Amino acid sequence: MTSTARTVETRPGINWQGLWKNFYRAALSLVISLLVGALLLLASGRNPLSAYQSLFYGAFGSVDRFAETLVKATPLLLIAISVSISFRCQVWNIGAEGQVILGAIASTWVALTFQGLPPFLLLALAFIAGTLAGAAWGLIAGLLKAYAQANEVITTSMLNYIAVYLLAFLVHGPMMDPQGFNFPQSPLIEKALELPRLVAGTRLNVAFVVALVMVGAALLFWRSTLGQRTEIVGASRRVAGQVGLSVAATIAVVTALSGALAGIAGWGEIFGLHFRLIEEIARGMGSLGVVVALLGELHPVGMLVSAFLFASLVVGGNAMERNAGVPFALVDVIQGCIILLILARASFFKKDSS
Amino acid sequence: MNTDLISLGFIVGLLSATVRLAVPILFAALGETFTERSGILNLGLEGVMLVGALSGFVAAYLTGSLWAGVLAALLSGILMGLLMGFMSVTAKVNQVVAGLGITILGSGLSTLLFRLFFGLRSTPPTIDTFPSLPIPLLSRIPVLGEVFFNHNILVYLALALVGVAWLVLYRTRFGLAVRAVGERPDAVDTRGLSVSRLRYVAVLIGCGLAAIGGAYLPLANLGIFWTQMTAGRGFIAVAVVVFARWDPLRAFWGSLVFGGAIALQLALQTLRVPIPSELLLMLPYIATILVLVSVSRRAEFPGAFAMPYTRGEK
Repeated sequence: MTSTARTVETRPGINWQGLWKNFYRAALSLVISLLVGALLLLASGRNPLSAYQSLFYGAFGSVDRFAETLVKATPLLLIAISVSISFRCQVWNIGAEGQVILGAIASTWVALTFQGLPPFLLLALAFIAGTLAGAAWGLIAGLLKAYAQANEVITTSMLNYIAVYLLAFLVHGPMMDPQGFNFPQSPLIEKALELPRLVAGTRLNVAFVVALVMVGAALLFWRSTLGQRTEIVGASRRVAGQVGLSVAATIAVVTALSGALAGIAGWGEIFGLHFRLIEEIARGMGSLGVVVALLGELHPVGMLVSAFLFASLVVGGNAMERNAGVPFALVDVIQGCIILLILARASFFKKDSS
Repeated sequence: MNTDLISLGFIVGLLSATVRLAVPILFAALGETFTERSGILNLGLEGVMLVGALSGFVAAYLTGSLWAGVLAALLSGILMGLLMGFMSVTAKVNQVVAGLGITILGSGLSTLLFRLFFGLRSTPPTIDTFPSLPIPLLSRIPVLGEVFFNHNILVYLALALVGVAWLVLYRTRFGLAVRAVGERPDAVDTRGLSVSRLRYVAVLIGCGLAAIGGAYLPLANLGIFWTQMTAGRGFIAVAVVVFARWDPLRAFWGSLVFGGAIALQLALQTLRVPIPSELLLMLPYIATILVLVSVSRRAEFPGAFAMPYTRGEK
C-alpha cells in the first residue's frame, strides 16, 4: 500500500485507517487558515472573534441554518467527487463551474420544453439531459488534452467563461421568462417537478440524498475495473501504456464522468432549489469544489466531511457578511490558504517518511 | 454600419485598441516565458495579476501617484512570487495544484482587501489613469503612428520589455543559465550554479511582471478596480507562452492575437452588430482554446518542465 501521507495519491475506498490519520492534519490546515483570516481581520481593525462567532451561528445556529448548510453541501459534494475522479487520473480539470452550468441549462430546457409529460418521467429525462450536457462539456477538454495535448487547466478555465456567457445569453434572450419583467431568468419549472423537501419548512431536499448516493457510487467506482484503470493512468502514463491501457481513451472517459457528476449538481440546483435558470447558478462553485476535494484527500468519505465543513463556511460566511459586515471574500482567502497548506504539508510529510 | 466596418478610421482604432488591450497579457506572458524556461509552470498568474491590480489601485489612490501604483504592484507580485517559489522550488509540490491555490488565494485576497479598505459604496472609488503620450514625429506616421506610438507610457514600457526580455534570455549569462536550468537542472547544478536560486528568480520575474500587467487595467485602462477584473487574462497569458514556444518576440505577436480578439469584441459591440454581446464576449476565450489546440501538439516543452529538482536523483 502506498504512503498515506501523500495527499494527491492517497488510496481511496478501503484505507479507513489512513483517513483518520489524515483527519487531524486536515483539521490543522483549516485551523491555520482560519488564523490567517483572523490576522487579516485584526490588521484591518475588525474583531475576528465576533466575525467567526457570527459565522458559526450562521451555519449551525438553528435547525433552519443547519439545513441550509446541508443544502449548500449538496452541490459541493457532487462537484468534489467530480473533481476527485479527474485529479486521481492527474487530469487537472477545473471546469466544474462550466459543467454545472451546462447541466443546469440542459435540464431546465428539457423541463420547459416537454411540459405535459408525466412529472416523474420528465424529472428523469431532465436528470439524464443534465448529466449528458455536463459530461459533454467535460469531454471537450478531455478530448483536447488526450488528442491535442492542450493543457486542461487552461481549456477548462476558458470553457468556464464560455459557459458563463452562454448562460447569460440564454437568460437574457431565448430562455428568458416572457412574464418575468425582463429579469435575467427563465420561466419556473412545473410545481410537480420540484424535488420533495426532506425537512418541512427548510430548503433541504432530495438532491442531498442523490449526493450521498454518489458518495457510495464513488466508493464502488474505485473498486471497479474502470476505477483501477483511472488510478493506473494517474500513477504513471508510461506504465499504463506498457500494460496496454489506452491513456487517451481513459482521459476522455474520466473527463466525461467528471463532467457528468458536475452536471448532476446543476440538475439538483435547479430542481431542488431555484426551480428556474438564474445567472448565479454556479458562481464560485468550481474553485470551492476543488478545495473540498483536496481537503478531503480525494477520498469519498473525506470529501463528505470537507463538503460539510465548507458548506458551513459558505453559509456562515454569508451570515457573517450580513450580520458582522465582514466581506464574504474572507472565505475565498481561507480556501486558497487551505490548498497551499495541504500541498506544502503533504510534501514535508513525504520527506519525513522517506 | 457596413461603411463603418471598412473605414480606415475604424481599422486604425481597432488596431490601436488591440495593442492597448494586449499589454496586460504581454507583461504576464513575458514574465511567464522566463518562469517556464526555468522549468516552472506558474498557473497562479491569474491570482497574481489580481493582487497586482488591487495593490496598484490602492497605492495610486492613497498617494495620488500612478508610479507608486506600479511599484506597489511589482512588490505585491514579488511577494506572491515568493509564495509560488516556495511551493514549487522549496516544497516541490505539484505545480498545477499550487498554481490553482495561488489563483484562488489571489482572487480572494484582492476582493477581501478591496472591501476591507473601501467598504460598500454607492459609487466606486476612482483614480486618474496614465495619460496618452504621443511620441513626437513617430506618432505622425499614418496608421502605424496611431497604432504603436500614441499610447500611455506603460504600453511603451511593455513594447520595450519585449526587446529587453529577448536580449536577457539569449544574450546574457543569466539568460543562458535560465534556459539551461529548464532543460538540464543536473548539468547546471554540477557547474556550481544554484538551481533553486535561478528558479526563484525566474518565478519572481514572472510574478512581478504579471502583477504589473494586472495593475495596468486600473492604472492605465479603466481607473477603477473590480472583483475578478482580469477575467482570465492570467490563463490566457499561459496559453500565449505555449503559442509563442517560449520566445519573447513570438509572445508579443501572441498577445496581439488575444488583444485583437478583445478589441474586436468591443468594437463589434459599439457598432451594434446584430450578435448578442454575451456571445461576442466569448470570443477571446474561444480563440484561446483554438490557438492552444493548434500549437500544443507541436510545442516542445523545456526538458525539465514542471519537474522539481532534487540533487542526487538519478
